[in-house]
Amino acid sequence: MPVHLSARLCALALSLLLIVFALPALAGPFEDGVAKFANDDFSDTEEAIGVIASSGNKLAFPIISALQDGRLMADPDSKKVYVTGTDGKSIDAATGEAVASVPDSASAVRLNNRLRRSVDAALGGLTLQSPDVGTRLQAAQSVFKSHEETALEAVDAALAKENNKSVKAALGDARAAILLFKSDATEVEKLEAVATLKARGDQEALALLTGMGDQPASVTKAAASAIGSIQNSLAVWSMVQNAWYGLSLGSVLLLAAIGLAITFGVMGVINMAHGEMVMLGAYTTFVVQEVIRTRYPGLFDYSLLIAAPLAFVVAGAIGVLIERSIIRFLYGRPLETLLATWGLSLVLQQAVRTMFGPTNREVGNPSWMSGAFEFGQITITYNRLWILLFTLAVFAILLAMLRYTALGLEMRAVTQNRRMAASMGIATSRVDALTFGLGSGIAGIAGVALSQIDNVSPNLGQSYIIDSFMVVVFGGVGNLWGTLVGAFTLGIANKFLEPVAGAVLGKIAILVLIILFIQKRPRGLFALKGRAVEA
Amino acid sequence: MTPHMLTRSLDRGATIFIAVVAACGILIPLSNLLLPAGSFLQVPTYLVALWGKYVCYAILALAIDLIWGYCGILSLGHGAFFALGGYAMGMYLMRQIGTRGVYGNPILPDFMVFLNYSKLPWYWYGFDMFWFAALMVLVVPGLLAFCFGWLAFRSRVTGVYLSIITQAMTYALLLAFFRNDFGFGGNNGLTDFKDILGFNVQAEGTRAALFALSCLALIAGFLICRAIVSSKLGKVLIAVRDAESRTRFLGYRVESYKLFVFTVSACMAGVAGALYVPQVGIINPSEFAPGNSIEAVIWVAVGGRGTLVGAALGAVVVNYAKTFFTSGMLAPYWLFMLGALFILVTLLLPKGIVGTFNAWWDSSEEKRTAATLASAAAEDGVTEPKMAE
Repeated sequence: MPVHLSARLCALALSLLLIVFALPALAGPFEDGVAKFANDDFSDTEEAIGVIASSGNKLAFPIISALQDGRLMADPDSKKVYVTGTDGKSIDAATGEAVASVPDSASAVRLNNRLRRSVDAALGGLTLQSPDVGTRLQAAQSVFKSHEETALEAVDAALAKENNKSVKAALGDARAAILLFKSDATEVEKLEAVATLKARGDQEALALLTGMGDQPASVTKAAASAIGSIQNSLAVWSMVQNAWYGLSLGSVLLLAAIGLAITFGVMGVINMAHGEMVMLGAYTTFVVQEVIRTRYPGLFDYSLLIAAPLAFVVAGAIGVLIERSIIRFLYGRPLETLLATWGLSLVLQQAVRTMFGPTNREVGNPSWMSGAFEFGQITITYNRLWILLFTLAVFAILLAMLRYTALGLEMRAVTQNRRMAASMGIATSRVDALTFGLGSGIAGIAGVALSQIDNVSPNLGQSYIIDSFMVVVFGGVGNLWGTLVGAFTLGIANKFLEPVAGAVLGKIAILVLIILFIQKRPRGLFALKGRAVEA
Repeated sequence: MTPHMLTRSLDRGATIFIAVVAACGILIPLSNLLLPAGSFLQVPTYLVALWGKYVCYAILALAIDLIWGYCGILSLGHGAFFALGGYAMGMYLMRQIGTRGVYGNPILPDFMVFLNYSKLPWYWYGFDMFWFAALMVLVVPGLLAFCFGWLAFRSRVTGVYLSIITQAMTYALLLAFFRNDFGFGGNNGLTDFKDILGFNVQAEGTRAALFALSCLALIAGFLICRAIVSSKLGKVLIAVRDAESRTRFLGYRVESYKLFVFTVSACMAGVAGALYVPQVGIINPSEFAPGNSIEAVIWVAVGGRGTLVGAALGAVVVNYAKTFFTSGMLAPYWLFMLGALFILVTLLLPKGIVGTFNAWWDSSEEKRTAATLASAAAEDGVTEPKMAE
C-alpha cells in the first residue's frame, strides 16, 4: 500500500513538472508576438503590437503601456522581454512571472513616430476593453469628450464585446459623438447620433450639438429639436437640483431647530444657548474621533454611531443642569430668560474656546458618508443624503416619543395646561427639567450631524441660532409638524431664491418675508388653538 | 408749562445725574484743553475719546430703557438704529473728505472709486450738507422704526416674538451692509474721516467739543425721557408694560402708544450713533451684529431697568469694565465675566444697581420715618396697639 501511494505521488509530481516545462513549448501567437520585440526591428515591433493588442491577454495592457513609457526591456541574446513596473519591479512579459532583475544586456524597445501612433491606438482600444469596469467607463467617457475619428474602430470593437450596461451606454454615446463629427458618416448615422445625444440630455451633449458645425439640413433640424428638448430637461433637472439643495438645507435647519421647538414650544423658554448645545455635540464627535484615532483606529467608521448617543447624553445633562440652576428661577419671565441664556451661550463658547482653542477642529467623514453618486443629471453627496435621512429619523422618533411614552404624555399635558397637569399629579418641575434636557440632547445629536458638513469651531452654534428661531417662529410654536414644514419651506425657498437674487440677498429676502409673515400670522403657520388672552 | 413739567419730573436722583453729567461735560474738556499735557489733573485726549464713546453708549441705553423699562418692548435690534444714525453721519463725513482721499475724486468717496462706481448713488445726494445729514440721523432710524413698529404692533406681535424679529431685522441689515454693491463701503464701512463742519476730527479741540456735545445730548435725552415717562402718556406706557390686554380693554390704542415710544427711542439711538462715529472714527457693518444689540440690553439690566439713570450708569460701568478687562492679561476671561453678568444680574439683581439701591433707600427711609413716629408716640405716652394673640 505505502509503495503504491508513493508511486502515485511520484507520477503526479512528474506530470506537474511536465506541464510546467511544456508551457514555453506550447507558445501561442501572444508569446510569439512578445518575442518579436526582442528583434529590435520597427516592422517586427509593429506586428507585435497588433498581435498583442488583439490577443485579449491580460498582460497586453501592461506591455503596451510599458512600451509607450519606454519601460519594455528586450534582451536580444535570450530573446526574452521584460516589463519594468513604475515601482521598479520587473516581470517576464511572456508569462507574467516576477523576475529578480532584468539582465544588463536588455535595453528598452525603441519607437518611432509611426509606431507611437499605433501604440496610442492600441492603448485606447485596450483600455476600452480593460477588465476593470471603472477603467472602461473612464476610457469611453474620454473618447466621448475627444470624439476623435481614429477611435471609432476601437469603440465598435469594444461595443461588440461589452456586457456592462453603463459602459455600453457610455460607448454608445462616444460612438454617437464621433459619428456626429465624422465628415464621411451617412445622414442616417448622423440622425441616429443626434437621437442618442438627445437621449443623453446633459450639458455635454448640449455642447456637442450646438458646436457640431455644418451638417445636412435634416441633421441640423433634428439637432435643433434635440437642443430644445435637452434645454427643457436641463431646466427641469436644475429645478430638481434646487429642490434637493433645498431639502438638504431644510434638513439642516430642521435638525438645528427641532430641539428649540421642544424647549420653546413646550416650555415657552427662549434658549439662546441652544446653538451652543449643537456646538457641544459637534465637539463630542471630535473627542470621540480623537480617542478612536489614537486607540482603536479600526472603529473609525462607527465613530458617529458612538458619538450620537454620547452627544445626546452630554448636551442633555448640561441642559438639565442649566434648567435646574438657572432657567427654573426665571419661568414666566421670558425676556429675562432670553438674556440669561444669552450670557450662558457666551460662557459656553468661551469655555470651549479655552479648552479646545479658537481654531476649527477637524472632524472626519466615515467612509460611508464620503463620496457621491449620480442621480439623473444631479450629483448627490452621501453625507447630505445621510443627514436628511438622519433628520427624518430623529423627527419620527421624537414624534413617537411624544405620542406613545409616559414622559411624552406628561409633556403634552404640561404644554396644554400646566396647572391642570399639576393638579393631576404630574410633577411639572421634573417634566420641565426632562423636557429641557431632551431638547438640549437633540441639539447635541444635531451637532454630531452638522460636524460632518460644517466647521467645528466655538462659533458653530452662533451661525444656526437666528435661522433656528426663524424656523420655529415661522412654523408655529408648540407643533413639531410646523417646525418640519417651516424648515423645509425655508430651505427650499432659500435655494430657489439664491440663483435669482444671490446668496446674501436671498437670505435677506427670506428674513424680510418672515418678518412680514409674522405680521400676518403672529403665531406662525401652525398656531396652537386656544382662548387664552395673554397677560 | 415746560419749566413746570421739567421741575416736576426732577427728583433727587435725576438732579444728581444731570449735575454729574454736566460737570463731566464741562470739566473733562476744559482739563484736556487748558491744563499742560502730562499734568496730574489733565485728561489725555485718548481718554476723552474713550469716555465720549461711553456717553454715546449711555444715550443708546437710555433709548432702550425707555421702551423696555417703561413699555415692556424688548428690542434686540436697537443696535441697528444706532448704526443707521452712525452711517448717516459717516456719509456726511465721507463727503467732507473731498479731494483729500487716496484717489482724489471730488465727488466719489474712495471706496466707490475703488469699486468702479461711475457716479454717486442717489441715496448719497444731500449728505454733503450737514443739516441734511443731521436730519437723516433722526429720520432714517425713525422711519425704519415707524414702519417696523407699525407692522409689528398693529398685528400684536409682542414679547419674545418681537425680540426675535427685531434681531432678524438687524441681522438682515448686517448682511445687507456687508455687501459691496449696497453702496456703503461693504466690509470696511466708512472711515478715514477728515473734517466735521470744517474742524479736523482728529484735533483735540474737536474731540473735546464732541465730548461736551455728547454730554449735552445725554442730558437732553434724559430730560425728554423723563418728560415722556412722567406724563400721562408715560402712565399709559407703564400700564401697557404691566397689563397690555387690560389697557387695551380700557379703551387705549395700545399700538399707537407703543409706536410713538418705539420711534422716539429709535431716533435717540440714531443720535447716539451719529455722535459715536466722529469720536471713534469708523462705522462698519459689525455695528449691526445682533450680539451688540443684546449687549446693550444688558447695560440697561445691570444699571436698573425702568430707572433711566440706571441705564446710563449701566452702560458706563459695563463698558468701563470691558475696556479694563479686555486690555489686560484678563482678556480671555472677559467673555466669561460678561456671560456671568447676564446670568447673575437676571437671577440675583433683577432691579439692577439703581433699582436695588432705590428699594433699599426707600425701605430705610420708611424705617426712619416709622422710628421717628414711634419715638414721638412714646413721648406722648401712647403705646401701639398689641396684635391679637
